[in-house]
Amino acid sequence: MFEVSLGHYLTLGAIIFTIGVIGIFLNRKNVIVILMSIELILLAVNINLVSFSIFLQDLSGQIFTLFILTVAAAEAAIGLAIIVVYYRNAGTIRVEEIENLKG
Amino acid sequence: MLAHAIFFYFFSFVAIISAIMVTASKNTVHSVFFLILDFISISCLFIMIGAEFLGMIMLIVYVGAVAVLFLFVVMMLNVAQQKNQWFKSSETSTHIPVGLIVSLIIFFELIIVIGGWKYKPDIIKNFSDSLISNSTNTHTIGSVLYTEYIHLFQISGMILLVAMIGAIVLTFRKREGVKRQNYFSQISREKNQGVELVEVKSNEGVKIDV
Repeated sequence: MFEVSLGHYLTLGAIIFTIGVIGIFLNRKNVIVILMSIELILLAVNINLVSFSIFLQDLSGQIFTLFILTVAAAEAAIGLAIIVVYYRNAGTIRVEEIENLKG
Repeated sequence: MLAHAIFFYFFSFVAIISAIMVTASKNTVHSVFFLILDFISISCLFIMIGAEFLGMIMLIVYVGAVAVLFLFVVMMLNVAQQKNQWFKSSETSTHIPVGLIVSLIIFFELIIVIGGWKYKPDIIKNFSDSLISNSTNTHTIGSVLYTEYIHLFQISGMILLVAMIGAIVLTFRKREGVKRQNYFSQISREKNQGVELVEVKSNEGVKIDV
């Protein structure tokens, strides 16, 4: 209980990953919260990589965490730009009212 | 070791609660603030287990850039007043129990995987010379990142460049009725288009057609 092992960190990553997936599924509000849920999922992946890297004494996990951070920043910038353009054209970003693709 | 455990449980509790509040909070601005709290507590966990460089980079990149970008867009689009409705509209839509079931299945699969795995017996030996023990975390990351992973590092720079150009191109808007400086027409102007020699007769003046 009082010895923090690798399993504790992996469990934390699993919980945050699941919360991110639930946030994507259950969102009824706007697309920005979906983007934030994607950030949570990437954060959970980062937790897994860093904890494996520390407990296995191997640096590759931390390097790949850096690359995931880069991709997450790029994805947030592009996604927010798309949201701004969509809001300018359609006037709303509610998930229920985005139905141009008839999905 | 006890203090380590106490800090771990405190930070992970804060991280989980704020992750729940990101998805469940009614106001989008509050969601962004809870996202910032989540990033801060996770980076505290990273610093605690010995990945100081990543913890600090996470503070700078996520809290300083990404979360502020989210906050900026939320405030610019004026969506903070839209209330969260996923509990009220649950009788009309059927995807909420499906989503809950899928998410819980994912969670239990992850827990089963975490509970049941173990190392191959020789995996510690193979990796153990990769961390240099007498230098700092930042120093070792730099010595690996700029030698073995230099191509991936440069490709990630290209990804950031493409993202920057893409964001600018997407949000660029040409407005009507705004006078802009046109460099090409300025530079390509010749002498005979710019200056005209006019004979001025006395007592008549000059008529200029503009």
